[in-house]
Amino acid sequence: MNGIKISVQNLSLGYSDGKESLRHVSLDIRNHAITVLFGPAGGGKSTLLRTINRLNDLTDVRHLSGKVWLDGVDVLDPATDLIALRRRVGMVFARPVVLPMSVRQNLTYGRELAGERNQARLTEVVERSLRAAALWEEVLDRLDDPAISLSGGQQQRLCLARVLALEPEVIMLDEPTSGLDPISTGKVEATLQELKQTYTILLVPHSVQQAARTADHAAFILDGELIEFGQGKDLFTRPKDQRTEDYIEGRFG
Amino acid sequence: MATESQRRHLIQRAGFAGLLLATFATVAPILLVVGLILWRAAPALSFEFLTASPREGMRAGGILPAIVGTFWLTLGTAAVAVPFGVGAAIYLAEYAPDSRWTRAIRIAIINLAGIPSVVYGLFGLGLFVLFLGFGTSILAGSLTLAIMTVPVIISTTEEALRAVPQSFRAVSISLGGTQWQTVRRIVLPQALPGILTGVILGLERAAGETAPILFTAAAFFLPRLPNSPFDATMALPYHLFVISTQVPGMPIDVQYGTAAVLLVFVLGMNLVATVIRSRARARRQW
Repeated sequence: MNGIKISVQNLSLGYSDGKESLRHVSLDIRNHAITVLFGPAGGGKSTLLRTINRLNDLTDVRHLSGKVWLDGVDVLDPATDLIALRRRVGMVFARPVVLPMSVRQNLTYGRELAGERNQARLTEVVERSLRAAALWEEVLDRLDDPAISLSGGQQQRLCLARVLALEPEVIMLDEPTSGLDPISTGKVEATLQELKQTYTILLVPHSVQQAARTADHAAFILDGELIEFGQGKDLFTRPKDQRTEDYIEGRFG
Repeated sequence: MATESQRRHLIQRAGFAGLLLATFATVAPILLVVGLILWRAAPALSFEFLTASPREGMRAGGILPAIVGTFWLTLGTAAVAVPFGVGAAIYLAEYAPDSRWTRAIRIAIINLAGIPSVVYGLFGLGLFVLFLGFGTSILAGSLTLAIMTVPVIISTTEEALRAVPQSFRAVSISLGGTQWQTVRRIVLPQALPGILTGVILGLERAAGETAPILFTAAAFFLPRLPNSPFDATMALPYHLFVISTQVPGMPIDVQYGTAAVLLVFVLGMNLVATVIRSRARARRQW
């Protein structure tokens, strides 16, 4: 059994527009594994991710209670160093958002913000992160092209590589393949299986099929509540809760 | 016999014709104004007109002191209005919480842009010329024009900043950037063309204004070039007013010549803004 990387304890959250919320969510996310958060849209999966790296600070949150621990660090403590937290917990968004600069600059951006000036070191980071995201061969002669000129699938892997360049401990991905064709999706999923040897991965998949394919652990989230949480192979074959079974079999959502 | 669809087609054509007419009625006067001024100014325009001081009670010679004066007033306005205006806009767009205070500030800025320019002139006279003792000077005139221009720069800059996609900010923050790093490295470079366009359009208005400098900077007749910010100066819009209404027996081409120089000055700034905008649009990556 791998160690617990992130522990979410009795987390409740509501936005001031009342749209999405979380109610008393508790779960432990393990090291060196892919934990999948799945369920119907608007159920609070993205909210949970955005709470773990405190990106919700940019949004209008009305109430927030409960705890999130990252290796014993109290994430929700107002005194937490957010810059350090976000370097440890990288995030890939649903829509690939490449920054308006070259492929190379997208990759070095985070490291430069952290004060890295050594060009040799940055060059090494670029190659290593692109290789890890299975993108190196495709873009090695286009590093100085605008990142926007890459295809959609390449842009999404660039976003993944950009997070890897930070050398984080946790990678969170919010529907990273929602806009991709099956071949690009396959590449991203294969990459994630490689990456879990090194990282803790938290994935919101874009379909139940993807959830079943990739999950070591799976959490079914419905209307802000955690319905069921367990080993992926158990949860998708023998769900304990009727609602989980209904959703997996496509009866709603 | 007209069918229903023929009838609708006819209404559509009549509608488009009306819109075309409205467009033409707007553009025609502009072309007429520019064309007429340049045509009537042609006899006056010469190397001497642009490089010499006025002579014979401004009826002959050139208008160099007015050109130089307007240049310095515009530059002085920029030096004050750009840092304050852009700074305030960055604060309002990127940092300020959405509170009753910031909403009140925004309403105040919008209203400031609607104050008649002669009121700014009187305010400048009271504050800069008399109370602070700057006298009738380029400094007092520039400060007055700057106060008038700042609201325009704030509004256009804020708009340019808000046009930068929110997702860029989220990505930059999620990669461990501070808010200031995000503003400096992502938001400002992307908004820069829009900011420059707004700044130039604001300054263009300042360059062409008469009322704010009437009591604060402008000299009726001062045929030498200003040599310090505390000097009064001639300026193109005020000079045009003077020679059009205050000097009997003024040759008409000198009036049109002055108007043409002011027009070229302002339209030139406009052209720069247009070039910046279209270049940035071609290069934009979102």
